[in-house]
Amino acid sequence: MREPFIFRFLSALDARTRAGVSAFLALALIAVPLLHLLLPAGSPFHVSTYAITLVGKIMCYAIVAIAMGLIWGYGGILSLGHGIFFALGGYAFGMYLMRQIGRDGSYQSDLPDFMVFLDWKELPWFWQGSDSFLWAALLVVVVPAVVAFVFGYFAFRSRIKGVYFSIITQALTYAAMLLFFRNETGFGGNNGFTDFKRILGHSITSSEMRLVLFGLTAVVLALTFIFAKWLVSSKYGRVLTAIRDAESRVMFIGYNPLWFKLFIWTLSAVLCGVAGALYVPQVGIINPSEMSVANSIEIAIWVAVGGRGTLIGPIVGAFVVNLAKSWFTVSFPEYWLFFLGLLFIVVTLLLPRGLVGLWKTLRTAQGAKA
Amino acid sequence: MFKHLLATVLLTGAFAAQAAPDPALIRQLGDEDSSVKVAAIQKLAQEGDPATARVLQAMADDALQLAGDKVLIIEDDKAFDAVSGEPAPMPADAESITVNNRIRGELDNALAALKLFDADRNVRLDSARQLQNKVSSEMAPLFERALKKETDPEIKPLLKLAHAQASLTSKNPATRLTAVRTLSESASPAVRNMLQPLTEKAGEPDNRVRYAAISAIKAIDARLSRAETLGAVFSGLSLGSILLLGALGLAITYGVMGIINMAHGELLMVGAYSAYAMQSFFRAYFPDAIDWYLPAAIPLAFFGAALVGVIMERTVIRWLYGRTLETLLATWGLSLILIQAARVLFGAQNVEVANPSWMSGGIELMPNLLLPWNRIIIIGFALFVLALVWVLMNRTRLGMFVRAVTQNRAMAGCVGVPTARIDTLAFALGAGIAGLGGLALSQISNVGPDMGQGYIVDSFMVVVLGGVGQLAGAVWAALGLGVFTKLLEGWSGAVIAKIVVLVFIIIFIQKRPQGLFALKGRFVD
Amino acid sequence: MSARDVFRSIIGIELDENSPYYAPKQRTLDVSHNVILYLDDITVSFDGFKALNKLNLMIDAGELRCIIGPNGAGKTTMMDVITGKTRPDSGSAFFGQTIDLTRLTEPEIAHIGIGRKFQKPTIFEQHSVFENLELAMTTDKRALKTLTAWLRDDDRDHIADTLRLIRLDGEANRPAGLLSHGQKQWLEIGMLLMQDPKLLLLDEPVAGMTDDETMRTAELFVSLVGKHSLVVVEHDMAFVKALGGKVTVLHEGSVLAEGDLDSVQNDQRVIEVYLGR
Repeated sequence: MREPFIFRFLSALDARTRAGVSAFLALALIAVPLLHLLLPAGSPFHVSTYAITLVGKIMCYAIVAIAMGLIWGYGGILSLGHGIFFALGGYAFGMYLMRQIGRDGSYQSDLPDFMVFLDWKELPWFWQGSDSFLWAALLVVVVPAVVAFVFGYFAFRSRIKGVYFSIITQALTYAAMLLFFRNETGFGGNNGFTDFKRILGHSITSSEMRLVLFGLTAVVLALTFIFAKWLVSSKYGRVLTAIRDAESRVMFIGYNPLWFKLFIWTLSAVLCGVAGALYVPQVGIINPSEMSVANSIEIAIWVAVGGRGTLIGPIVGAFVVNLAKSWFTVSFPEYWLFFLGLLFIVVTLLLPRGLVGLWKTLRTAQGAKA
Repeated sequence: MFKHLLATVLLTGAFAAQAAPDPALIRQLGDEDSSVKVAAIQKLAQEGDPATARVLQAMADDALQLAGDKVLIIEDDKAFDAVSGEPAPMPADAESITVNNRIRGELDNALAALKLFDADRNVRLDSARQLQNKVSSEMAPLFERALKKETDPEIKPLLKLAHAQASLTSKNPATRLTAVRTLSESASPAVRNMLQPLTEKAGEPDNRVRYAAISAIKAIDARLSRAETLGAVFSGLSLGSILLLGALGLAITYGVMGIINMAHGELLMVGAYSAYAMQSFFRAYFPDAIDWYLPAAIPLAFFGAALVGVIMERTVIRWLYGRTLETLLATWGLSLILIQAARVLFGAQNVEVANPSWMSGGIELMPNLLLPWNRIIIIGFALFVLALVWVLMNRTRLGMFVRAVTQNRAMAGCVGVPTARIDTLAFALGAGIAGLGGLALSQISNVGPDMGQGYIVDSFMVVVLGGVGQLAGAVWAALGLGVFTKLLEGWSGAVIAKIVVLVFIIIFIQKRPQGLFALKGRFVD
Repeated sequence: MSARDVFRSIIGIELDENSPYYAPKQRTLDVSHNVILYLDDITVSFDGFKALNKLNLMIDAGELRCIIGPNGAGKTTMMDVITGKTRPDSGSAFFGQTIDLTRLTEPEIAHIGIGRKFQKPTIFEQHSVFENLELAMTTDKRALKTLTAWLRDDDRDHIADTLRLIRLDGEANRPAGLLSHGQKQWLEIGMLLMQDPKLLLLDEPVAGMTDDETMRTAELFVSLVGKHSLVVVEHDMAFVKALGGKVTVLHEGSVLAEGDLDSVQNDQRVIEVYLGR
């Protein structure tokens, strides 16, 4: 007899994970809003706006890190161009936010400021429908998916893999960045989108909106985590790791790696797109530098620091690296790049399994002693 | 009537050649009013007397002084009369004749015009070239006189063109027609602009001349676009040679060790900064020999980058063999450290690296096609490095070992090739070549901490396109990509060209996943 | 392949008859002339070197054939051609009477019933022994189907049977990477059996096995004859002798001799090739 699908879905989570996810959601959806709204700013337990924005931003990164962990840790595909999907999602939602500014821009025009500046008289075709929230939400998913699907189809079909693939993805995001830097492309050129005012008519800078976005990001992160857990424990996940370890064997027992890779690749791009869409209203800006090669490679280091081949690892990595970054760039801006560079080297040389791997090793060692 | 005119011109020409310069005109050189000075210079030039060259040259050198009514040339603390050229007593109250920019330009033209009559052929050639773009209608008689005397086959056509330009405004339609027909041989945008008004009825009443002007413009346009294509191909070759220098090193390191070095662009940067360092050193200690800083920087760039490469290989890359994706990340970390180190050492801003004087200027193939020396030298330099690498790889024991390790590392180790040392040496070689590439790059683009980042994607594309570990592949891919990019740029702009090239490479890899020069066989997985 | 096919195979709709993609049901094996594999004039060259030179080979249905030959004779390249890894420069390769192997991809060839064991044991080292067999098992192998795939009781039984057959029933939950070399060879053979192929290609299956293991493998292979066709590439003459089938000698990319082991071993040309001139 077949067990109900949803039951199998949830049974992918062990008790500890279920407890962890529940605790995380309780913290993000109940504790943080209460501590932010009810306590006075001077209280030591008050959660500041800065902290909410920072953690919200890092949670978006954590979603990206899970997406990267899926393709790299489980699929063996290292993308050095995931920034493009993140940015595409961000831009897709940013278009809606730009239209929500309405006539409140510096030129008081119906058109976004940068279009007035370019002396455009009407919205270009690809901006049609950007007034609609639902359309924007659709684009956030569809645009990264289509770009990833088309690119991935051609790349995987010709069996481009390993460093070759990494380099080509790097070229992809680089080309996209150049394209978005042009003013004529129609996405605000250098400056990108910024100065947002509203979402669905509500002010974007109000405490309530911040908390809503924060909570939404937390929920999406939790769902992404659960979904990824289920995915890697399914037979699909086993075939995927089999492809990572011995692709030709997989082919000779009758699986076509193309579709397996393409599915996880496209899914990963969609997750990045969603993360980008959540990121833009919280940070308040999206510009082409999100597509820079350096940004995309940083995603890989979050995963490496946390630990590949696990799903909690990427989340841990995203938090550790980004908290370190915001501390460094305030306290020792000169040394941040040195630190980041060293991190890349130390993690690959000494911690191939990341922090999660280190923790596991330490626990085993302790267990052996006791 | 025409004959008569010609005769007069000839007569005045002959007369002027013998007489001393007109004292009144010489005096006007010292006038307060710039316009008077300009008029006098122009008249003196018209006379075409080589003797006035000395006066005008002195004026250009700020060595012309006015003492009362007399104009004097001052040479080495001695005074000469400007009219007669005889020595004169050094005056006590002489004042310099001021020369502003407008006058200076006028003087240059006048001197060039006078040099058309110089005895030295090369002086005449230079002058004829220089005057091509500065022709005015008053200069027609001057060119005519020069033409009469000129016999040199290289100078004569130039003079004809110049003369035709000057006679375009002639009142006589026949003269204009001859001029237009002569000008249709030209390939200069300036001449084209000059002919433009003649294609309209308002500018040219005579039908025959107008039609001739229209077909002349067509002929010039064809020549211009050919020159443009040639120019694009040339700058493509020069871009290609830079890409080649970047990719050669990469091809070696990838071929031998199978690792992609993301810090390769920063090795270019090391080379570029060593040019800067050597330049600063020469400025401080050998300012006279500043032109030689660049050759002196070659060993510094090579060994500096090679040293950085060895350190990288020994400390990091060595431990990651066989883990290619991790190497990608680790070398990226190295590149971040190198970038920040450059910022700390040299500042975050771009530094200024000057071309040595022997690299400035260029060869003018056509009026709108200048091949700059610095680019020509870089192409030559790239070919030189390529030849060196080829010899090293194919004619030395080190090269043989490197090729052996490339083909079968385990077997090479078994027959006694010290693979670990070969790795280090090959990496140092690749890094050193990158350093040389950076040195070349310093001559044509900005030198700054981030400069390597811009070239790394391009270098990778060359390696991907050429097929890994293939020298011939790298060469063709680099030159092909360079020329292709530049031709596209002329047609679509730089950004679109870059995107088109990247898309092209992605499509290309569909068809030939192993690159242009693929290794085939059962060892290829 | 058309965009429609791409779309269909992604969303998992069964494809029509004409599509080359994943329609194993339509591509039935026709062994009416009792021939399961027919290689005709196959030539493969790498940069001028002819790895296969007008190779002709015919394997009967249910036969066990041994292929021997010195290094570089083209044995592995022949397997590459049959399994779709290498495309021949000329010649044709037919599976049964109707299926042209040179037009199919590796997974398609696996689907129609050709299984391959590599020279070097290739198994999924990070997966458990059980999972290795589970992945190999014949079932719907499209990407989206695997998302919701689950094991039925008879699947478990099937895997358990195979585990016993390859004597790894005590190791079911160990990571496959921890097995001994001989065990890995057996596991790979087990994976091949899970695929239930009509034709098994086995590249040096007993390399690294003890004599005892070798003989047990021979027994296993002999027991498969009739139900399956087997092509075994091997250097171990004792093993070849134990298998007892027809022997084909390859040399420089084409067939040098064919017959039972004794006649082949006494063939003057074969002796020359093996002992050198």
